[in-house]
Amino acid sequence: MTRMAATRDGYGQALLDLGGNEKVVVLEADLGKSTKSLHFRKAYPNRTISCGIGEQNMLLVGAGMAASGYIPFASTFAIFTERAFEQMRNGVARPNLAVHLCGSHGGTHTGTDGSSAQSIEDLAIFRTLPNVVVMHPCDDVSTRVLTMQLPALGKPSYMRTARNKTPVLYDGREDEIKIGKGIVLKQGSDVAIIACGVLVSESLKAAEALESEGIHATVVDMHTLKPIDGELIDNVATQCGALVTAEDHNVIGGLGSAVAEHIVANTYAPLEMVGVPDRFGESGQADEMLEVMKISAKYIALAAKKAISRK
Amino acid sequence: MTKSISELEEIARKCRVEIVKMVHRAQAGHPGGSLSEIDLLAALYATRLRVRPDEPKWGDRDRFILSKGHASPGMYSILAEMGFISHEDLKSYRVLGGVCQGHVDMKWCPGVDFSAGSLGMGLSFGMGCATAARLDQSDRRAFVMIGDGEMQEGSVWEAAMAAAHHELGNLKVILDRNRIQNDDFCEAQMRMFDIPAKWRAFGWNVKEINGHDMTEIMEGLDFLEAPENCNGPSILIAHTIKGAGISYMENNPSFHGAAPNDEQFHQAMIELGEVEV
Repeated sequence: MTRMAATRDGYGQALLDLGGNEKVVVLEADLGKSTKSLHFRKAYPNRTISCGIGEQNMLLVGAGMAASGYIPFASTFAIFTERAFEQMRNGVARPNLAVHLCGSHGGTHTGTDGSSAQSIEDLAIFRTLPNVVVMHPCDDVSTRVLTMQLPALGKPSYMRTARNKTPVLYDGREDEIKIGKGIVLKQGSDVAIIACGVLVSESLKAAEALESEGIHATVVDMHTLKPIDGELIDNVATQCGALVTAEDHNVIGGLGSAVAEHIVANTYAPLEMVGVPDRFGESGQADEMLEVMKISAKYIALAAKKAISRK
Repeated sequence: MTKSISELEEIARKCRVEIVKMVHRAQAGHPGGSLSEIDLLAALYATRLRVRPDEPKWGDRDRFILSKGHASPGMYSILAEMGFISHEDLKSYRVLGGVCQGHVDMKWCPGVDFSAGSLGMGLSFGMGCATAARLDQSDRRAFVMIGDGEMQEGSVWEAAMAAAHHELGNLKVILDRNRIQNDDFCEAQMRMFDIPAKWRAFGWNVKEINGHDMTEIMEGLDFLEAPENCNGPSILIAHTIKGAGISYMENNPSFHGAAPNDEQFHQAMIELGEVEV
């Protein structure tokens, strides 16, 4: 039986594990119970700074601490990080201060809270900021490993985590996970599905379904959207000749766009983008939302066939 | 760091000359807010800030954050006066590749602790510096200068509330209350009513002074540093005149962000005692 876990729990565990580093500080905006920074708060209350429900202030308190030699981890819901976008732009990214921002509850997979809490544009907006590394891991193990690598990054980052549980893929495979390096989870030759976050496991399901029809798909976990692993995209584009991207994010500006930006200037292959079709969400269970948005395994498999037909 | 009142006034006068020269040379920039803040900056830098011009990144330095980052000529002039940058560097104001970027920038100019230019950000950054100092058990302080128009940004009040909550006694704000913002007088753009009462209500120690009277400025800085005011954040509300020191710029919203022409420049140099009539 596949273990199920939420990526936000991996983030919380990583913060706790990083606590031994006296320079690591955690900034909260009244959502520590949700983003899972609460474990750090409990263990290291003197290095946890409550910013109240004030995300704009939180980002810049982080900037001031980063400029003073600390390694701040700030978290809130993905949707509320967007409220502090200009602080991230002007006060963090521009001076290249290593503040690590985590937006939990990203995507329509967030579920029943409805559209106000389902960020579908966070990856796009943070991807536009120079100096900022953008990540969206798919399971709690990779979230923990990637978060643990952030203190050595030396530049700002944005990581989206998810509220709800997804299959754990990396138990015992921690060594394979590195910021900026996509991971091939399944090797095929007909089409390559490049996915991030909660749609990685959906992509594996899609690949399994395709296999039963004699279509061999590669599946890539592109946990880092920026800098995008262009070498890996070139490789799978060459090997398979057709690409699909899959993300729980607006089709505009996210992983699909990042891959498209790369292939038009490098190794070209027909590309089908599976993502939220430029619309807002609504209340529903996580699995229901994937169907409503047409981003579940079924739609990824359909997109794969379409990409192959365009070869 | 002892300086007489007349010595401080002379530093400020020299800075005013440089401010006007910078914006005249660039034919752009923000003279009004630079001239309103400069007496405060001169006193702060010359008598209070624990900084090392020959070691601008010294870890235990006091931080100074010019949150109204467009009023950069004022800051550049005092940085040159203190020796962080040269007077020659001032000619790079708004010039490609210059250390004196249009708005103060920590990546470009020695002695600048925060890249400002977007209003409402400096106080939060200063809170971060003050929090880090406390964690380090250091006695360094974070001084932040904000503008009055800037207080219309909601994020200022997020920071004001948070700094008081965390009882950051090492966070010191100076408000340049010059009553003019970009488009017009503050009173016309967005009335702010009882400013001292607002800060008191947020839990801050508050004192008001005339921001052009060096004796009052020194008393105000004493207030910010007084041990009894280090139980929480403090603010010095300095009543100033936009464009102070240049007659035609004073209280004139047109000189928030406009440069003097050659004739006006000449007149300014006369008024500042640089050119004999």
